Amino acid sequence: MANIASKQVLTVLGKQGILIAFVLFMVIFSLANSNFLSLDNLQSVIRSSAILGVMALGVTFVVISGNLDLSVGSMMSFSTIVVLDLHDKLGPNLAIPTMYLMTLGLGGFIGYLVGYLRLNSLIVTLGMLSAIHGLTLTYSGGQNMDIADKSNTWFGFFGRGEIFGLPVPIILFILLAAFLGVLLAKTPFGRKVYAVGGNPTAAAFSGIPRARTVFTCYLISAFCVATAGLIQASRSMGSQNTVGQGLELEVLAAVILGGASLLGGSGTIFKTVIGILILGFIQNGLLLMGWPFYVQFVITWIIIILAVWLDISVKRGKLWVSN
Amino acid sequence: MISEFIKRNLSTSAIWLFIIFELLFFSIAGHYLSFSDGAFMDLNNMLLLLNQSAPIGIIAVGMTLIMVNGNIDLSVGAVFAIAGIVMLDSMTWPVFAGLGDWVIVVSWTLALLAGALLGALNGLIVWKTGVDAFIVTLGSMLGYRGLVFMFNGENPTSHLNWTLIDFAEAQFLGFNTATWFLAASVLVIWLVTRYTVHGRNAYAIGNNRNAAVNAGIRVGPHMVINFVIIGFLAALSSVVFYSGSGSVNPNDGQLYELWVITAVVLGGTKLAGGSGSVIGTLGGVIAIQLLRKGLGYIGADTSTVNLVIGLILIVVLFIDRQLNVKGAQELRV
Repeated sequence: MANIASKQVLTVLGKQGILIAFVLFMVIFSLANSNFLSLDNLQSVIRSSAILGVMALGVTFVVISGNLDLSVGSMMSFSTIVVLDLHDKLGPNLAIPTMYLMTLGLGGFIGYLVGYLRLNSLIVTLGMLSAIHGLTLTYSGGQNMDIADKSNTWFGFFGRGEIFGLPVPIILFILLAAFLGVLLAKTPFGRKVYAVGGNPTAAAFSGIPRARTVFTCYLISAFCVATAGLIQASRSMGSQNTVGQGLELEVLAAVILGGASLLGGSGTIFKTVIGILILGFIQNGLLLMGWPFYVQFVITWIIIILAVWLDISVKRGKLWVSN
Repeated sequence: MISEFIKRNLSTSAIWLFIIFELLFFSIAGHYLSFSDGAFMDLNNMLLLLNQSAPIGIIAVGMTLIMVNGNIDLSVGAVFAIAGIVMLDSMTWPVFAGLGDWVIVVSWTLALLAGALLGALNGLIVWKTGVDAFIVTLGSMLGYRGLVFMFNGENPTSHLNWTLIDFAEAQFLGFNTATWFLAASVLVIWLVTRYTVHGRNAYAIGNNRNAAVNAGIRVGPHMVINFVIIGFLAALSSVVFYSGSGSVNPNDGQLYELWVITAVVLGGTKLAGGSGSVIGTLGGVIAIQLLRKGLGYIGADTSTVNLVIGLILIVVLFIDRQLNVKGAQELRV
């Protein structure tokens, strides 16, 4: 009897563990610091998570389709540098679509290699991480990129602007999350993504085009990266070549924290958003409590492993592996 | 018959053919393009190249073993930084004040122990929880980096010990200290993979985990041993490097994991596990360093190095896939 009850507890924990952890953290932090739950603070946390969050939305698609994307960090640097450079040459009206096209081109190239040529996504995107970094450095000549006349342009709207008191990065994040969430959960395309990642053989026999689905996932990822680059560029109006360096692994950490399996076939947009928010609120909560920033690294480490461990031990039926 | 022979040997010897190609290319191109007077294939230049390959190379040797076993380790860069800090910091501890230069031995031991312990922690988590090594080490990459910052905040940790620096700069039979350590690591791990039960089992587990379990091989302990080895080697790479430089920045070693994996994959080791060799990895490390130096030598922008290495990695993967029989038999979709 007790055994059944504990099993049920484990199942609930495994299914909703990340939400429970999220609520728990919110309660702890708001008890520890009265400013934590203030509207200003919540808004600032979400705003600073928006760039990472937008990238994580796209990577969720890639991970569910059973692949990895390690190139999003250097791709984000690329789109930031490109849009800043083109802003002064073409003006913002042309610069933004051109940047989107170039980033989608890179995403399409990766999608072609992984989808149609069936190359291993980890190595392809590892190679592209390095290659796109080189491309960015070549493009910028190793220089920092700055907008010459920062006061006289509407370009800052995406990173600094507000609509009805809500910062634009948050609005972009919410809109994109809602759109991609519906795309993944409610459309035939979304079901294909789950099918291709969950059981490739069954998907192939059911006539689901793996190549095209994976290709599209990488395009979606590139679109999200371009949006993140746009927000970053617009917020800072100037940037180094390495602005996105290392973000690929942080993004992946958030997606995994949200419960997406690296084997593919599981995960949702909503849970990825929770994963992003957890990382953001931990960082913010620890800072408010006066702890140094690096404590969050250690806590993130523990949470990631606990979350995934809980998830698979529910599926396995026991906590420890014996062999 | 001949095509079979080529297929079988290409993946192991391709990297050395590529190195010969690089040497010829940069020598000839450098003859026309280079601004420097010295030849590219100058002996001193090659010795320097080996010396510079050592930090990545020593870690890559351990990564080969990990990947042959079917795992991956993303935390090596953070372990590299921790070991360096442990070594330099422990030299200033008052406990060891009376030891004189013997403190070097103690500090090295402490740093290597720290590396092996962090590796063991990774290995134990992977074994006992059954969480994928990619996720575990992705987490510990962050966690260990957090530990790095706990030592000294954002300040560098520095300590100068001239005996240590002399040792790092020393040459024996023409090779630098770092080169000797690289050579020793390659040799030892090659012997391990070739002549020990552990090495044999590591290949078996990587090739077919279920078959290995059914054959009575205990998968977990072998994984832990491999993680201890890579932790130890990441620390070894670190102590050799920081003996010469004497100062650790808390961000040091970042992205090392990606360079190391690139070298190992270029050297012909399969991500899925079960095949690969340390000698190939050595080739991969040398090829990357040669490319860096060569592109600099013919006056190419340093940024093109990243571009070229990334594209080569993809091309290698593509060629490998075309030659891979297993790949050709897979379901065409």
